[in-house]
Amino acid sequence: MNALTEKLRLRLDEDQLTNCMRCGFCLPACPTFAETGLEAESPRGRIALMKAVTDGIMVPDQAFEDQMNHCLGCRACEPACPAGVQYGQLIEQARDAIEDHKEHKTWVKVTRKAAFKTVFPHQERMKWVGRGLQFYQKSGLRTVAHASGAMKLFPKHMRDMEKILPDASGKGVVEKIGERHPAKGEKVATVALFRGCIMDVLFTETNIHTVDLLTAAGFEVVIPREQNCCGALHAHSGEAEGARDLARRNIKAFKAAGVDYIVSNAGGCGAILTEYDHLLHEDPQWREDAVWFAERVVDISDLLVRAGRSLDFSQDKTQGVAEPVRITYQDSCHLRNVMKSADAPRKLMRQVEGAQFIEMKNADRCCGSAGIYNVTQPVMAGQILDHKMEHVEATGASYLLTSNPGCLLQMKHGIDEQGLSGQMKAVHIVDFLHERMKK
Amino acid sequence: MLQEEVRRELISILGSEHYKDDPQSLVTHSYDGTPMLQSLPDAVVYPSSTEQVSQIMKVLSRFKIPVVGRGSGTNLCGGTVPVHGGVVMVMHRMNQILEIDLENLTATVQTGLNTKQFSTHVESLGLFYPPDPSSMSISTIGGNIAECSGGLRGLKYGTTKDYVIGLEAVLANGDIIRTGGKLMKDVAGYDLTKLLVGSEGTLAIITEAILKLIPPPRYKKTMLAMYKDLYGAARTVSKIIENRIIPATLEILDNATIRVVDDFAKLGLPLDMEAILIIEQDGDEEAVERDIAIITEVCKSENADQVSIAASLEEAEKLLTARRSAFTALARLRPTTILEDATVPRSKIAEMVVEINRIALKHQVQISTFGHAGDGNLHPTATTDARNKEEIERVEEAFEEIFEAAIRLGGTITGEHGVGMVKSPYLEWKVGPAGMDVMKAIKSSFDPHNLLNPGKVFAKETRKRVVIQRG
Repeated sequence: MNALTEKLRLRLDEDQLTNCMRCGFCLPACPTFAETGLEAESPRGRIALMKAVTDGIMVPDQAFEDQMNHCLGCRACEPACPAGVQYGQLIEQARDAIEDHKEHKTWVKVTRKAAFKTVFPHQERMKWVGRGLQFYQKSGLRTVAHASGAMKLFPKHMRDMEKILPDASGKGVVEKIGERHPAKGEKVATVALFRGCIMDVLFTETNIHTVDLLTAAGFEVVIPREQNCCGALHAHSGEAEGARDLARRNIKAFKAAGVDYIVSNAGGCGAILTEYDHLLHEDPQWREDAVWFAERVVDISDLLVRAGRSLDFSQDKTQGVAEPVRITYQDSCHLRNVMKSADAPRKLMRQVEGAQFIEMKNADRCCGSAGIYNVTQPVMAGQILDHKMEHVEATGASYLLTSNPGCLLQMKHGIDEQGLSGQMKAVHIVDFLHERMKK
Repeated sequence: MLQEEVRRELISILGSEHYKDDPQSLVTHSYDGTPMLQSLPDAVVYPSSTEQVSQIMKVLSRFKIPVVGRGSGTNLCGGTVPVHGGVVMVMHRMNQILEIDLENLTATVQTGLNTKQFSTHVESLGLFYPPDPSSMSISTIGGNIAECSGGLRGLKYGTTKDYVIGLEAVLANGDIIRTGGKLMKDVAGYDLTKLLVGSEGTLAIITEAILKLIPPPRYKKTMLAMYKDLYGAARTVSKIIENRIIPATLEILDNATIRVVDDFAKLGLPLDMEAILIIEQDGDEEAVERDIAIITEVCKSENADQVSIAASLEEAEKLLTARRSAFTALARLRPTTILEDATVPRSKIAEMVVEINRIALKHQVQISTFGHAGDGNLHPTATTDARNKEEIERVEEAFEEIFEAAIRLGGTITGEHGVGMVKSPYLEWKVGPAGMDVMKAIKSSFDPHNLLNPGKVFAKETRKRVVIQRG
């Protein structure tokens, strides 16, 4: 028997595979199926492939591996599945087995090790990345790289991403504003902010604005310094053990903070945080704490709507009144499909004075960013983005709001690519709300 | 794998991009929505025109290679499982609406067209295509025609067969035939249109269809009636009909189904009720209001615990969408759900429900019942586990008795899913030996070498149990 078959048999959850009824209800929800119309590019098809391998009907070949990687992991199929099949777990198990089996080329091994083992797991090391990027952007090196044509050494999709990266920071939110922030007015509850890794060096301001919104809504905010990367990229790239390790460290850090909620402002991070209980369900030592942790995780929009004091989004006239604007929203797949939060962001947007919310067609469909998918699968990601941008443009909005850094960068890229920069910009919902909040 | 020569010829017709025989393509075309059935084809082809289909059929018939036409593979009778291998012909690339004729109220479409897309498009033009199989957001018009799909509106509006008035199809030898047309009346010879509808891909590959459209109802209202007793709910169904009211939709869900559907759709359904009826009436406002008032009275007289009207169209649509998910949602109880399709005259619904429960108890299997009660089309569904062979055998025995009971009550073995593989052993019970002979003769005149979807409808082994079919 093929060694990968053996690994897949061990990893894949047989009950979940059997639970797929092949009814096909997932097909219309799947973005890669929508693009290609191919059964193999659908959740039902991918599950059938996994099952065929475990049943010994097919030997996992390169096409099988490619197909597993072709899935965006947006998990839109899960809410569409009447049988409740946990597709996200299955695809992670498949990728984990494939990764475990893979003999990477040396450079890939080095890069993966650097990313997954050396940088992401260490919050302080993310700051080096931030500082390095900041140096690159600010020192003139970026200008040189662009002017000299050195950037041409990179594939187009990498160059495109480089262009739209926001200004990085060598300091994260804790370094900038400290660890503890009292509620304004009477305290509603105490929350811990999950600051994220990329989020914290590329979107430090968004983290700061998150703290402002939370304190204004009556929450005392703690930002545990010891926290780390959430592990989502690890889990989605077949590095399950790395993800578990990060989960344990985060649970430890937040448990010590003793808070009512753990709040996230990135759908991708938030989703895996809510699944720590699943990630560690086979670890008797951590199982209980993981449940404690997962139960407390909530997205900023949801928390503001659910438990916060109502905020006033009629921006202070003295701060220079913003023009009335049309805004639209691209769902973060993981926020919508895993954290089940689609209404809260919309509710908040509708509360903003002078902003007219326009629902975009297929807002609930993945934008193609999907973690690092737009880097690993540029062709499909590009195709999905093109279709997405047609819908974006049709809204006529001047603000395209998102709830996750990956989606935000992808939307910035899309706007850039379609030459729409003059008429609209992509902004994190937190930054938009913060700007329009009466201070 | 097909012979190299056949392969080469098919690729020259289709281009290598639209001919696939890699393991991934074969596996993903080895199943449909029917549990426990799987069989690998030798190749998968994606034609783009009737002409191509004809060329392909000429090659396949020359080499005597079987072919299974496939829409989206959502059927529940094993209809698209390539049980004899050969070629699976996927119709997805033939998905165009060729014409909407507003003067004749007809649509001409290619059969790979998605049903929901078609229906939505027609609605945007202020017209109505009533057939609404539960799988319509995935299924194709061609698949619906091949299986003569029913749906939630079958009671008042009929099923797919009532809306197909013309077809273009490719025969086994590659000849192209056209039947019917944009005609409301046509008695020129045998009605081949009606014969092809529901023929499960065994007579021809249907490539184009002319469909009848109707004006949409102006008004509709949806209600929910809840019962502490399943029998009362079932009896209400015939009482409503007896009161000379034909609702657009009249669905029944038993307790287990209510629970799983609510778990999926989070509608807040009453979990302590033994059954609910979902009833929708449409038409002119005044008539709808009058019907709904009478239906409410009937429900109460049959001891409905509570009767409520959906507050909005959105709420109504949610309720119907939840109902459409019932058979898959039952997989929340046990991993495998075997959905059956026993249909009886609607006056016998209550009796049939009682029979199903008795048979389930006798064989010690879990069978939940939901379905289109208004047209007598019940879906007793066993929740089981494909890995438990002994239990699966008991389930099969139970279903055999359920089919017998259906026929005894003047019903049939399948109301809307088709015979395919799973019902083929029982077909003779329904149509009798002479009926079987006629059907087989028709099959061989269309397809003398049995290349079109072989292994379906006509079973090698008929169940021997003698059941006398009446009325």
